[in-house]
Amino acid sequence: MTTAVVMPKPRRSWYKRNEIAVTPWLFLAPAILFFMVYVIIPIFQSFNLSLYRWDGLGAAEYIGMANYEELLADRAFETSLWNNLKWLLLYLLAIPGGLFIALLLNQTVAGIRLYKSLFFFPFVISQIVVGLVFTWFYDPTFGLLNVMLGWFGLGPLNVLGDPDLVTYGIIAAGLWPQTAYCMILYLTGLNAVDPEQIEAARLDGAKGWRMLWYVIIPQLKPATFIAFVVTIIGALRSFDLISIMTNGGPFGSSRVLSFYMFEKALSEYGFRMGYGAAIAVVLFLIMLVFIAYFLFSMYQEEKER
Amino acid sequence: MFPTPIEKTSRTWQISYQALLPLTLLMWLAPLLAVALFSVKPEVDFVSGGYWSMPSYFAGAENYGRVFFDSDMPRYLMNSVFITIPTVIGCIILSSMAGFALGIYKFRSNIWVFFMFVAGNFVPFQILMVPVRDLTLDLGLYNTKTGLVLFHIAFQTGFCTLFMRNFIRALPYPLIEAARVEGVAEWRIFWFVVIPLMKPAIAALSVLIFTFIWNDYFWAVVLTQGVESQPVTAGITSFNAQYRAAYHLMSAGSIVAALPPVLMFFLMQKHFIAGLTLGAVK
Repeated sequence: MTTAVVMPKPRRSWYKRNEIAVTPWLFLAPAILFFMVYVIIPIFQSFNLSLYRWDGLGAAEYIGMANYEELLADRAFETSLWNNLKWLLLYLLAIPGGLFIALLLNQTVAGIRLYKSLFFFPFVISQIVVGLVFTWFYDPTFGLLNVMLGWFGLGPLNVLGDPDLVTYGIIAAGLWPQTAYCMILYLTGLNAVDPEQIEAARLDGAKGWRMLWYVIIPQLKPATFIAFVVTIIGALRSFDLISIMTNGGPFGSSRVLSFYMFEKALSEYGFRMGYGAAIAVVLFLIMLVFIAYFLFSMYQEEKER
Repeated sequence: MFPTPIEKTSRTWQISYQALLPLTLLMWLAPLLAVALFSVKPEVDFVSGGYWSMPSYFAGAENYGRVFFDSDMPRYLMNSVFITIPTVIGCIILSSMAGFALGIYKFRSNIWVFFMFVAGNFVPFQILMVPVRDLTLDLGLYNTKTGLVLFHIAFQTGFCTLFMRNFIRALPYPLIEAARVEGVAEWRIFWFVVIPLMKPAIAALSVLIFTFIWNDYFWAVVLTQGVESQPVTAGITSFNAQYRAAYHLMSAGSIVAALPPVLMFFLMQKHFIAGLTLGAVK
């Protein structure tokens, strides 16, 4: 019996020897390149730009924190910030609203699938069209809202022309598609609820609100998390609706940071890129609080796996 | 199942539920139905102030005809198509590769690269606006569809990579190991083992990205102007400026602009919903 002599394999190429280590980076390279150039690097460029005075054409002039100092005294900025807060808080109503509609539709009657898709409809159409539709809905001369108010002897109400009402009017328009989105998240979530637990809870005499609060909602946690994430992002990204419905008016009372930034940097009132960047940085920092929270939650989940 | 299945409840509640359902739906879609009604009314109805009356005659063909043959709408629609389709293809290619790398391989910075994509995806657009606009100007791509497409691909890659990576994580890993034992090259594993299994994810992302990009307005305004390259969302605003107070035409135009994603949704509903829930809610 001869002992098998393991012949050393012919030397493989460098790539072959390091295939497992190198391949992921080759696969990642294009995505990372694109993402770096168009997303990651521009974030830092904006931070840098916020320290300059620049009209977008000539040479940029370094002015330190002057843009931020100006922000502190800027009433329009203050209004935008408050409106952003209103958006953040009121937009969250989409979550209970979506849950409510999902519970309403979570049945097995004839045609329910079609009902579900039709309820979801507002989310699929562009915000531009939603904005247009709601502008007409609020119209003081012929809008449906005032027709309906008229039935109760109220109105007419010029929602979009009233500085105190306008932001709420636009948020209501935004809630329409957002509620539809949350609804679909909860409908899928409800499908995954464990029927045995419901039966067990029923035997223990739980029903209605108590059942919902103690048995159903805890099981819907993943859906609630995603609903929260997309709603917060949606609230801070609100731009289209404001641009279409009021263009920031009346008297700038419906501006939010994202709109005000655009206006400062690119509107016909002169290009103030540096000042716009400073506004964007503030918006980014608000978002960063949430991003940190989202990533932290995801990190926890990853560790559990 | 919660709430209690309707067939197990009292007869009266069953009947009222069945009656309530269409009513709620009508109220929910009322603003849209109003636009649909406006779009088939003739101009005289609006002049005479009969906004909410039945159309005095059916003017649908006339209104939609003017949108299609008498305005820039078809060009804007084509622009949207030529912006949306390449973006979808680009995103799918980049993100399936990145998702494969992050989902299959274990290396130290894996989670950080992944978090970079996730975090970037949440960023407010405005912080990117000025630098991206400058970059596009420098590349000579301002006011071109290509400029818009390149940015959209880059930005959507964040979300798509998140989605693809989670999907690939859920695939049976022994399959890949078996292929490796057989000595299959890594790129062949990607192409012949993983890609065929990713079809549902690709379908879900395609419909979703199609809708997102079709409906984008902000970047369309920042990176393009004019009828040569603007998509339909931006086009509809100039269309509306042109036909200010011509409610019948504005309605018809809006419906035309909104229709493609709606069709997409109805045709590929299952995939669409799988995409929206990020594959996380089963």
